[in-house]
Amino acid sequence: MSSSGKLIIDSALRAAAHVRSSRLPKDVSKVAAAMLSSAPSGGAHTLPDLSYDYNAIEPVVSAETMTIHHTKHHNTYVTNLNASLEKLDAAVSAGDVSAIIGLEGALKFNGGGHLNHTLFWENLCPKGSSESELKDGGVLKSAIEEAYGDVDTMKKELSAMSVAVQGSGWGWLGYNTKTGKIECATRPNQDPLEATTGLVPLLGIDVWEHAYYVDYRNVRPDYVGAIWDVINWDTVEKRLIAAKK
Amino acid sequence: GREYAFAAAPAAANAYSLPDLPYAFEALEPYIDAPTMKIHHDKHHATYVGNINKATEGKDEVPILDLMADALEATPVRNSGGGHYNHAFFWEELAPHDKAKNTKPSADLEAMINKSFGSFDEMKAKFETQAAPGAVFGSGWVWLAVNTAGDELKIVGTPNQDNPLMKGVCDEILLPILGLDVWEHAYYLKYQNRRPEYVSNWWSFVNWDK
Repeated sequence: MSSSGKLIIDSALRAAAHVRSSRLPKDVSKVAAAMLSSAPSGGAHTLPDLSYDYNAIEPVVSAETMTIHHTKHHNTYVTNLNASLEKLDAAVSAGDVSAIIGLEGALKFNGGGHLNHTLFWENLCPKGSSESELKDGGVLKSAIEEAYGDVDTMKKELSAMSVAVQGSGWGWLGYNTKTGKIECATRPNQDPLEATTGLVPLLGIDVWEHAYYVDYRNVRPDYVGAIWDVINWDTVEKRLIAAKK
Repeated sequence: GREYAFAAAPAAANAYSLPDLPYAFEALEPYIDAPTMKIHHDKHHATYVGNINKATEGKDEVPILDLMADALEATPVRNSGGGHYNHAFFWEELAPHDKAKNTKPSADLEAMINKSFGSFDEMKAKFETQAAPGAVFGSGWVWLAVNTAGDELKIVGTPNQDNPLMKGVCDEILLPILGLDVWEHAYYLKYQNRRPEYVSNWWSFVNWDK
């Protein structure tokens, strides 16, 4: 291709690479970054901004929790993911298979932590906003009704599963590409849904204690019950539509 | 000596009971705040006691310690029995700073620490590394424990409410000498995500006499 064509493509790729969130199709930003960076792993990740203020989902989750959760917990996963990827790049360059494998835990934990929280922020929205209503006649509502009969049954099931997670973990509404149906699942620690089960994540509920302890103390059921008021169903539906393609 | 550190005796038929704390809720300030101690003891630990009682209803009464070896065979025993044992063990090893600062490891323990880790400080450093957020990938406990042969100390991290007494959790069964709860509920109200601070403060409240 011509050199000017390449320049244009490079700058487009650079722009694409800097958008690290699920709002952009996953493939584009990863491939773009990998092409631009000499690092096999594609370069550094960054903490995505929230699209709302820290107090936006009160009273369900306080501004205090959102601030610490985003700027400390999620940020730490991003930092440690980048550190792990640097180690991975070094190991790959050195052809050190043992070191590559040794990074498995750190990559799953920190990479999962980054992926999970990125998805989480995007499936939340202010109480009472139009996104917080599950629209009639949409693809998502039909899919839920097909799998669970009605929306309340699905909510009850996912709530119970999320409350029952032992220790730290996540509750997920996911899309099963093999059956074409949605289903509920839980994952321990920061294990990412798609990489470890094949289900495409549609809606995530963080049930690590740090997600609710300030506001709900040990009463996880109250937190899980309340979070349904601030779920961004529009985002969940967009993800389902994308997954079905 | 190589004794079990603690065992809770059931009060009535199939009734494990929530042990009282050997000190007031505010006694561990400023290491741990009173609200945390209250919720940790009255809610979290109490829930484990309630659940292990439910899980062992109708079965023979055994001290909680005896349930540990085969805990991996039954999920409720692993989670709730482990939770009860671990927390009962934890409360006993802590003491208000005034008391704790005058305690120190017995000569035997100190000798074993030096033999197993080189020095007390090296043991502490290794413990703190194991207690760091990335070392246990989620909720869990960190233990200083002795092998059943009684000749070596190890530091291990265990997930959720597992402990080294349970067959299959560690490479071999180990007897806890010291344990630290690194579930977020143990420190979040005071320390939020600053777990390393919680860990380094903890040493000042360990009751080595126990």
